[in-house]
Amino acid sequence: MRSFVFTVLFTLPLLAANDDSFLIRGATVHPVVAAEIQNGAVLVKDGKIVGVGRNLAAPKSIRIIDGKGLHVYPGMIDSATQMGLAEIGSTRESVDTGELGKFDPQLRAEVAINPSSEHIPVTRANGITTVITLPMGAAEGGRGRGVGAGNIIAGQAALVHLDGWTWEEMDVKKSAGMAMHIPTILSPPARFDGQLPPFSFADAKKNYETELRELREFFEDARRYQKAKSANAKGFQRDLKFEAMLPVLEGSEPLVIVANRERAIHDAVQFADQQKVRVVIAEPRELGKMGPELKARNIPAILGPTLALPLHEDDPYDAAYTLPDEFFKAGVKFAFGTFNNEFVRNLPYQAATAVAFGLPYDEALKAITLNPAQIWGVADKLGSIEEGKSADLMLTDGDPLEAKTQVKQLFIKGKTVDLDNKQKRLYEKYLNRP
Amino acid sequence: MKLLLVATAFAVSVLAAPPIVIRNATVLTITKGTLANGSILIRDGKIAEVGDRVNVPANAKVVDASGRFVMPGIIDCHSHIAADSINEGSVSVSAMVGIEDVLNPDDIAIYRALAGGVTTANVLHGSANAIGGKCTVIKMRWGKDAHDMIFEGAMPGIKFALGENPKRAGNPTGQRIGAANVPPRYPATRMGVEDVIREAFTAAKAYQQSWKDYNEKVARGEQVLAPRRDLMLEPLVEVLEGKRLVHAHCYRADEILMLLRVADEFGFKIRTLQHVLEGYKVAKEIAEHGAGASTFSDWWAFKLEAYDAIPYNAAIMTRKGVLVSLNSDSDELIRHLNDEAAKTMKYGGLSETEALSLITINPARQLMIGNRVGSVEVGKDADLTIFDKHPLSNFAKVEKVYIDGQLYFDRDNDLAARPEHATEKKKLLDKEKEQQRRPASGAVRRPAA
Repeated sequence: MRSFVFTVLFTLPLLAANDDSFLIRGATVHPVVAAEIQNGAVLVKDGKIVGVGRNLAAPKSIRIIDGKGLHVYPGMIDSATQMGLAEIGSTRESVDTGELGKFDPQLRAEVAINPSSEHIPVTRANGITTVITLPMGAAEGGRGRGVGAGNIIAGQAALVHLDGWTWEEMDVKKSAGMAMHIPTILSPPARFDGQLPPFSFADAKKNYETELRELREFFEDARRYQKAKSANAKGFQRDLKFEAMLPVLEGSEPLVIVANRERAIHDAVQFADQQKVRVVIAEPRELGKMGPELKARNIPAILGPTLALPLHEDDPYDAAYTLPDEFFKAGVKFAFGTFNNEFVRNLPYQAATAVAFGLPYDEALKAITLNPAQIWGVADKLGSIEEGKSADLMLTDGDPLEAKTQVKQLFIKGKTVDLDNKQKRLYEKYLNRP
Repeated sequence: MKLLLVATAFAVSVLAAPPIVIRNATVLTITKGTLANGSILIRDGKIAEVGDRVNVPANAKVVDASGRFVMPGIIDCHSHIAADSINEGSVSVSAMVGIEDVLNPDDIAIYRALAGGVTTANVLHGSANAIGGKCTVIKMRWGKDAHDMIFEGAMPGIKFALGENPKRAGNPTGQRIGAANVPPRYPATRMGVEDVIREAFTAAKAYQQSWKDYNEKVARGEQVLAPRRDLMLEPLVEVLEGKRLVHAHCYRADEILMLLRVADEFGFKIRTLQHVLEGYKVAKEIAEHGAGASTFSDWWAFKLEAYDAIPYNAAIMTRKGVLVSLNSDSDELIRHLNDEAAKTMKYGGLSETEALSLITINPARQLMIGNRVGSVEVGKDADLTIFDKHPLSNFAKVEKVYIDGQLYFDRDNDLAARPEHATEKKKLLDKEKEQQRRPASGAVRRPAA
């Protein structure tokens, strides 16, 4: 009963505040696309930003949010997560990140996103409003071990808002990209029990060449399917795998290719050239000589995690920290991703470390706001504080790239988002334990 | 004896070094406030003076640290750095093995940790068994040999482990690949973990008694045979006698409480609870026992027993009177423990000094080396880290690290040496290629297949 009363009391003001039209004023506004506006205002109507500036007139009876001493930023976007597909890393029953099979373009991450995952409120409490959920394992593209290790084409990545009663309500873009691993000459996967499967370099090379051939053949088959379909050929039968490849072949959906090493990035670029498809490079851990190649083709990259060990033992200690600046200097567009689930909330700190090691601050902020919106083809809706965009906003007491900064209020599509979560509830409960 | 010689040689080399004065810095002493424009005199490897002004000896090397922040070297209370092997997991009690025997001073992770401002680490055995191996505290003296890395005079430790890790080997259908071929090892449950520890200490008590009896008889002039030395039980007797610190890996509140009660039963203390992710649920009991807690800033949900982990853990335990530190347990995380400390200001509202204490004086006190390191105070070891910005800013990076007054990391030197290292690497690779092309003279040329 007591908890019922508490819930009602707690919910009432939230319901009243659930109006998606408001005016934030007196805050420092960081539009990302323009210089910060001191004592600025943001006017939101029906979930959309309709005004940004200094002296905005308040429409009649609109809710006023006093932003004095606070900052307004666009909500942050993480371009590579497992959000909603995994709950507890080591508990297989709670993990849906990697499917069996080599070619799975028909798989849709979005339909397996658990909107009740405890990770969602924990993550958005730190100002992350939108994520890409990849249908593959975590760091290293999930090709280490376990289910999903055999994927070449892993399925469709979803762009989702971190708010909604169902995954449909979370949807921003169902198929934002087709997740793929470029085949590599892998050393045998490390195993916790120390046993090594028999695996020679010759085996690895053969496996690599076989996989590359299979990949080419899969694309060729998909093209034949495309041709047959458009010709309305006699006896044409629907095939879900090839059907899912059509947006990729038509160039409306990018291939998101996990390529860690220079050699893999090279292979991915070559593949994009051969297949004439759009490509996003994911989780590169070195750039090598590939900068001009990526720049010439306007191929963007999803970088991260920045807080990572160098790839090679004799690399400079700060190799992962300086990589974003290396990409920036090479003129390659990039966004940050955490390639993770429980640490998605730390996305801004991945960006901050890149700043400490050379990346201009504005570029770091763009890489978690505007750049991902552009890379995922939603810059008309997300990524900055501009008229006409979705009111995905956070109100903070400082720079969101600093860990000590608190997110005070969060809006997704103009709706006030509850910043409470499992961890805060446990905090309050046990802080008050007698 | 050998150790003493090495220590003497080392001391002599430090004595020979000229004094160093770091000046014009913001000095975060941790225990004695912050000096806005402070200076530090280092002499003979120790902090000789700290203040707005210090004496500058004629032969001193002066380091201008204008705009920079000096703090004590960071201390990591849970690391596996420099350890060539971690787990002796074939038995449930592996107290007979120790990290000191497998220290690898060439582990590149040492240099990388230095570059993150870390000067001291507690190097632990793994968590595969309820009672694991002996632990060693080291300083990041990169370039020195294994013996010289050991923190001289630090209390030895031993690793205990509770929960999912020690019981995993008891469950042959567990998730370890290939584990199905391995016979199960007791225990398979948290009940069994308690039992393993109680059995071991029951045996240790009896062993301790056998030596007491023997020594009494010898004292009485009786001629008796000495008990057979038991290398597994000896470290546990040291625990009972307060000569060895227990560092216990744990997650859930139930198992934390269990261990505290087992320790009470046998009359010893748990020095630190490691990870202790649900420590916030039993903070009162932890404080009453007097155990320290060394936790992650915000790790959670990587396993079932970490599902109730909260980033407020350090703050709650601090508020309830527990001595808390933040640790890395990772060669990566160890490089930015200052960032981890900053998170406790967001989650739970710790002050700057409280946050920095979690990675300096608190772990020093947990390891009982608080009289030597962990703060910028006269008489302490000159283990200092210089940041370009406030260390609790995510934009800060380490510029210089001193241990015993010696410069072990300097970002400028690191950057300057890179072209030379690149040239050297290329030469080695070229040489390797050349050797592959031309077989060494005298080598038997194989006929073509």
